Amino acid sequence: MCSLCGVLGGNEHWADAVARPGVYTRNVERIDRRRERANRVRIANAMLARFGLTISDWQGASFVLSTRTGKSEIIEDLGHLWPAAERLCGRACDPLDPALIDAAEAAIDD
Amino acid sequence: MTEPQVPLLTPINLLTGFLGSGKTTLLARLLADPALSDAAVLINEFGEVGLDHHLVERIDDTMVLLQSGCLCCTVRGELADAIKDLHSKRERGLVPPFRRIVVESTGLADPFPVLSTIKSDPVLRHHFRPGNVITTVDAVNGPGQLGTYVESNRQVAVADRLVVTKADLTPAADIASLGEKLRTINPDAPLLTATDPSFVVADLVDENLSLRAAALQSTSGFYCEAPVQLATAGGAAHQSAVTSFVMTVERAIDWTAFGIWLTMLLNRHGEKVLRVKGILNIAGEERPVAIHGVQHLVHTPVHMERWPDEDRRSHIVFIVDGLDVGLLKRSFEAFALDQSPVETAAVPKRSLQEHQSFS
Repeated sequence: MCSLCGVLGGNEHWADAVARPGVYTRNVERIDRRRERANRVRIANAMLARFGLTISDWQGASFVLSTRTGKSEIIEDLGHLWPAAERLCGRACDPLDPALIDAAEAAIDD
Repeated sequence: MTEPQVPLLTPINLLTGFLGSGKTTLLARLLADPALSDAAVLINEFGEVGLDHHLVERIDDTMVLLQSGCLCCTVRGELADAIKDLHSKRERGLVPPFRRIVVESTGLADPFPVLSTIKSDPVLRHHFRPGNVITTVDAVNGPGQLGTYVESNRQVAVADRLVVTKADLTPAADIASLGEKLRTINPDAPLLTATDPSFVVADLVDENLSLRAAALQSTSGFYCEAPVQLATAGGAAHQSAVTSFVMTVERAIDWTAFGIWLTMLLNRHGEKVLRVKGILNIAGEERPVAIHGVQHLVHTPVHMERWPDEDRRSHIVFIVDGLDVGLLKRSFEAFALDQSPVETAAVPKRSLQEHQSFS
């Protein structure tokens, strides 16, 4: 547990479990690990932008999810991403929302 | 003396099936089978299974040891407590070191909460993992139950092994049509017949992924490339609206983008996604990754040894309850595939730096 913020560690989420460089490692391959996290942040941001949210890496250990007004929440792994995102933006983040899909499809076509 | 090895994570198999579908009969057979000699079986009532002639030793009032070496316990109250008690007794050496747990669920139960308990309990999840879900389907009453009860459909949908019971009481043609019906709900779980001479108990708990993969990629093609809408016994659209379909993806999938999309889907619609399973071609991976999820719960992905054949496309089977299949496919295409350009220049261009430092 982090003594500063009281975040309990060691919660393995299934999305973290594919063995590729930078995923399992803690003490070695630091560059790979940071690159992997940066990649996750990049992909998550592309999705979260649709809800006016951004995510950033926090000390290589957690992620900080923020709204445009600065309301923020620390999340441990991607398993906590969506419940937190819904709390922050105050609406359902539904991947099956037709309007959301339409917008994404239009963006791909461009 | 070498102590028998206890696995790092003990698999927990769930035996489910509708009321009167032959769970207990199958269980009585399992208890006597050498394949389960290293198992602990959690049942509802001792009396139902009729253990007396198998009984070797009574450990306490909820636990007995059988001739086959199998440990048999009744569940009183919470299942999680019963499993923790077993774990504690094993650690203290009070019971034989079992390597597997089989849980019999009640006939009307949705199997999901049991799996969820194993994954979320802070003690259990470090010592146990979900194994195969075995669902019994009665060949006589099964078709009627599937047409009437949502629970029955859900039990079939989450199964890893489907066991058809009472097949000896039913004409072969009816069994074939039951088989087809089961295939529309659950396209890839191996279908076993309890009365078949070739039926082997060990097959039920065997977690050979290739069996699943082989069924998924069988040469007869996909069982449900087109969405299948279930009908009731009367032919009308089923109220439970369980639909299964396969998505085939040509390009390699970015694991993170897929993970973010699937967690988003399960966060919103988890209870309607009865099953997600498939073989994924992950970008940057030589070997395929098998994923396997039941409702909100996704099992730890497994790297398979090799691709089953030349086909390198990803195949994902979805079994959903009342979700719009068209929207789900569009959503997958739009969000689960990483659309942003890959940053090939993540590593600084050293040649430029070197050039500058020398100039």
